[in-house]
Amino acid sequence: MIKTKIDKEFIVKIILTTFAFSSLLFLFLIFSFILFEGLPLFLKVGLKKIIFGFKWAPTKGSFGIFPMIISSFFVTFGALIIGAPLGLSCAIYLSEYSGKKMKMFLKPALELLAGIPSVVYGFLGVIYIVPIIRNNFGGAGFSLLATSIILGVMILPTIISISFDAIMSVPKTYREGSFAMGATKWQTIYKVVVPSARSGILASFILGMGRAIGETMAVIMVAGNALKIPTSILDPLRTLTGNIALELAYATGDHRMGLFSTGVVLLVIIMILNYIANFGIKRRVIK
Amino acid sequence: MRINPRIIDKAVKVGLTSQAFFTVGILVAIIAVIFFKGFPNINMEFIFSFPEDMGRHGGIFPSIVGTILIALLSILLATPLGVGTAIYLTEYTKESRLTKIIRFGVESLAGIPSILYGLFGFIFFVIKLKMGWSLLAGVLTLTIMILPTIIRTSEEAIKAVPRNLRIVSYSLSATKWETVAKVVLPSAFPGILTGIMLSVGRAVGETAATIFTMGSSLRLPTSLMDSGRTLAVHFYILAREGISMEKAYATALVLVLSILSINIIAYYIMNKVISKYS
Repeated sequence: MIKTKIDKEFIVKIILTTFAFSSLLFLFLIFSFILFEGLPLFLKVGLKKIIFGFKWAPTKGSFGIFPMIISSFFVTFGALIIGAPLGLSCAIYLSEYSGKKMKMFLKPALELLAGIPSVVYGFLGVIYIVPIIRNNFGGAGFSLLATSIILGVMILPTIISISFDAIMSVPKTYREGSFAMGATKWQTIYKVVVPSARSGILASFILGMGRAIGETMAVIMVAGNALKIPTSILDPLRTLTGNIALELAYATGDHRMGLFSTGVVLLVIIMILNYIANFGIKRRVIK
Repeated sequence: MRINPRIIDKAVKVGLTSQAFFTVGILVAIIAVIFFKGFPNINMEFIFSFPEDMGRHGGIFPSIVGTILIALLSILLATPLGVGTAIYLTEYTKESRLTKIIRFGVESLAGIPSILYGLFGFIFFVIKLKMGWSLLAGVLTLTIMILPTIIRTSEEAIKAVPRNLRIVSYSLSATKWETVAKVVLPSAFPGILTGIMLSVGRAVGETAATIFTMGSSLRLPTSLMDSGRTLAVHFYILAREGISMEKAYATALVLVLSILSINIIAYYIMNKVISKYS
């Protein structure tokens, strides 16, 4: 009786350990298969010609993705310019100003924004944002500006929920100390609360950037997908993600490898951003 | 001249309040547009009939079936894996280098964008394992994609179970697994369910990872090896190729309503849990 109990415990432990390692296995598979398909082209064509090449004509042997790298960063910073102030304001309002009932309503409502599928954001961007830009500022409307606006909204839930957690974790005594010195609420927030939560807030911005740079379907619908570096916010552009999604369905041979090379570059950028964000969050926890 | 700090204080309050409500306003506007444009085009026939002429006419029944199948099957695979991982991390190990490595793996998976899951699923499941564009390839890809969410929410839920419950169970000479299975998991169940519901929502709304693994066939998927088109993919194709705006809005309404109700149920469960433990 006792023996079977111990055997069962042992088997359960083995199974759970296997499950726990499955995540690492999946991560390994994802990395190795994307690298395996993408790296040979770097060796064949040359790292420099891919990363700093201007011309993307994969069926003619040109695999330059420099304009897409730049475009990906442009839309990411554009999204941050729109999403970061708005998201931080919402987080501050939720943690410092809203009453309990209001918070119970607002917080889930803001998180629901994350549930709207990216194709729906893209579609509404095409129907409403693109024509507004075309009619008021000129150009085709499919542009860096339209993409930044859509992505700015899409990264709001990430920025709000992580900044909110960071601000909430600032000890109440900090605020009380500040009030006791005669500071007003806003003075307390911007001189005490926000600086104490800054690493968490920064992490929320970086995770928001990670979300924006990896976003695909909404981007290909509103970006215009032109193969050049945008020189104004009204110019169309093509991001790294867009390049993969637009051509993967029909690409073969070297062309397909070129798309995996695009994926390798994207993967590296994402890993760096995630590493920085997690490092930022850890610093807050230690403090 | 120095402005009175109290006036600044009031102005800031107004500014922050209006920004928070503006943001909620975006959500309301999105739902309202989809609802008012989609509602006139939606009826029982649209939901239960097959699409005709690339979706220009007819309904979305195969896409609804495809969406339910891919979401349910990937949840069925990801739940034991994810909850098992969470149990291992919280109950079976102490914080060590090993748990740090596993957590790093989970965090990294969570940060990978869906297009890269699509790229991986396409080369690994569709091409190397020769599954072709199929429900199976889509399910396996989504399983990996939603795994981190399930692990993290389950871990939080399990950690929130009071320590006393475990001590009592051990004092009754229950083994570790008996304690986990009969005491910890039942108490953590609502929290775990929240994570599962959020993952269903994510699976239903996903496009980039499913279009390159499950494909976009308009037929009704009847086996694991069949290609199919989820609602999100169908909506994307209707909208992008300008096939039919009415049908696109109607599909979007079905999509958004199902995701919102799934998420609202998830938050409702979560609130119940929070009020129970605080």
